[in-house]
Amino acid sequence: MSTTTARKLTMARAISEAIGQEMAHDPNVLVWGEDVGVYGGIFGATQGLYAQFGEDRVLDTPISESAFIGAAIGASAEGLRPIVELMFVDFFGVAMDQIYNHLAKNHYMSGGSVRHPVVLMTAIGGGYSDAAQHSQTLYSLFAHVPGLKVVVPSNAYDAKGLMISAIRDDNPVMYFFHKGLLGLGWMPSDDWAEVHVPEDRYEIPFGQAQVVGTGTDLSIITIGAMVPKAMKARKLLQPAGIAVEVVDLRTLVPLDRKAIVETVMKTHRALIVDEDYRSFGMSGEIAAILAEEALDYLEAPVRRLAVPDIPIPYSRILEQSAIPSVEAITQAVHALME
Amino acid sequence: MESYVSMYRTMCLIRRYEDRMAEIYTEGKSPLFSIAAGPVPGEMHLAAGQEPVAVGVMAHVRPDDAVTAPHRPHHLAIAKGVDLRRMTAEIFGRTTGLSHGKGGHMHLFDPSVHFSCSGIVGAGFPPAVGAALAFKRQGSGRVAVAFAGEGAANQGTFHESLNLAALWKAPVLFVIEDNHYAISVPKAQSTAIVDNSDRARSYGIPGVSLRGNDVLAISEAAHEAISRAREGQGPTLLEVETTRLYGHFQGDAEAYLHTGEKAEWRQHDPIVRFRNYLLEHHLLSMADDAAIQQDVATLVEDAIAYARQSPEPLPEDAWTDVFIEG
Ligand SMILES: Cc1ncc(C[n+]2csc(CCOP(=O)(O)OP(=O)(O)O)c2C)c(N)n1
Ligand SMILES: [Mg+2]
Repeated sequence: MSTTTARKLTMARAISEAIGQEMAHDPNVLVWGEDVGVYGGIFGATQGLYAQFGEDRVLDTPISESAFIGAAIGASAEGLRPIVELMFVDFFGVAMDQIYNHLAKNHYMSGGSVRHPVVLMTAIGGGYSDAAQHSQTLYSLFAHVPGLKVVVPSNAYDAKGLMISAIRDDNPVMYFFHKGLLGLGWMPSDDWAEVHVPEDRYEIPFGQAQVVGTGTDLSIITIGAMVPKAMKARKLLQPAGIAVEVVDLRTLVPLDRKAIVETVMKTHRALIVDEDYRSFGMSGEIAAILAEEALDYLEAPVRRLAVPDIPIPYSRILEQSAIPSVEAITQAVHALME
Repeated sequence: MESYVSMYRTMCLIRRYEDRMAEIYTEGKSPLFSIAAGPVPGEMHLAAGQEPVAVGVMAHVRPDDAVTAPHRPHHLAIAKGVDLRRMTAEIFGRTTGLSHGKGGHMHLFDPSVHFSCSGIVGAGFPPAVGAALAFKRQGSGRVAVAFAGEGAANQGTFHESLNLAALWKAPVLFVIEDNHYAISVPKAQSTAIVDNSDRARSYGIPGVSLRGNDVLAISEAAHEAISRAREGQGPTLLEVETTRLYGHFQGDAEAYLHTGEKAEWRQHDPIVRFRNYLLEHHLLSMADDAAIQQDVATLVEDAIAYARQSPEPLPEDAWTDVFIEG
């Protein structure tokens, strides 16, 4: 990540800029979804696009997700490159068949002859009392299904590059932006995500994790909004003489297994921090990779910090106990260092 | 069936409640608005202006009838008879709330009056059909009513549920609250026909569209539909034009509205119109009205005070209720 502050953008702005630039270069790129037009997307990911490209390329849809997400399948098979937004990841249940039985599998079932260059983008995450149907991350659910790439940026620079890669990718890509990183003003947002973003079009390749903070004692392997939280914990732990390395996975599919193993070869301790449910998801997958490929390097058991298999509760106090916090990360690091 | 004055009173109660919620929602959120701050955080979808559909339909709904509601549920909950104190405590996230703080404003559950809601658009139609099937098997004469916005009528669940209910002759009423918008998208841009009641016909059930946001017209149509359902004649679709006097959610800048649109809605305030009607017909005096306003204000303040005084949950309370324990 660049350290210059010359052109700081919010993550929301970085995403809409990436989409706008790709739309300007490729007339086959269209955007559709609920409130993506005049409103500019509930989370601002399509801000300004309607004014720039008009209603032929930025389409507000009815609340008919099976239809408009499924439509991306046919549209992409016939030459378009749709970017489809569905506000919150929590809502995907209503359209899941189109996604996990068709979008994800058609390339395989057709023996490689059918392609779906589709980006499905959505907001994830809690922390502002939106309760069980508006606060989930659920990226592991999609990563579980073969055929979907899964992208979860942690900052504006990555968000732009990963979005451009997603649009240019001929595979279906699930693109998850965390509400607490977007810089929306009306929603608490981590300043850490607002960084320099070059004006030019650049790609960030999928499957390349980034070490965002180096350390020698312990590795925190994480993604999305947990990256800045891990960085805060890292800073808090420095006075105690604990040097934490923070690895931002950036994409779950493809997953940078090499980076996961390499950081543990260096630090010999791993804490996986995940805002998704604990069981059967990202944290378990990474723990399994470490067991398979790095067991000899581990000096302590792998630990996981994730949402403890409960729906996200509404009340602030309850929610704070469900979603991993900087404090919880710090405590988990201490426990692991003992 | 309730008296006109009692319907009016419930409408006033709803309005008072929503106006107070709008105020309370801003607590702790100024000068900088943050959705996460204050005693009532999270999203807040208010239903002021939509009182007629709640009260007009619910005038014929009994406590043991089932109601499913969408993300904008307060008017429906109040009209259904959900306990105001426990509902308010839930919105404040307190232990005395309907769900002890786990649900919040979009997820109000009160099994004692067979009321539930969901934040997922279109999610209430199928469960209402199921409840109606149960009532039919029990031969109880009970009915289920699913409420949802006009935006929800484009969701697959709506169409599947209408067909299923028709097939099963289920005692269910589908009520579409057409407040012109689904967030920023006007009905004409989301729906290829003008009236959703036309869609009912294609599923072989009666469909009625009502304009004017008029509680008495709604009550009359609901009476007929619910009577049909109780008598075993199956489902009906009722679409009611109404108005959303606040934004989609609190904090919505509403830049998508036409100029003057909101002012026009406010000018046709259904509560003012119903009051004038009652006054003109000598069903209500100015003194009665003053007493009603006083009375609903007291009820609302009592519920708010109850919520504020109720304890916050403990962090470990988050762990319970995932499964039935024991
Ligand atoms: C399945 C699903 N898709 C999208 C949303 C986001 N959303 C919440 S309310 C809403 C608009 C609903 O409009 P309408 O049904 O007309 O109800 P109103 O808000 O006008 O009362 C949308 C799109 C959602 N909650 N669930
Ligand atoms: Mg509506």
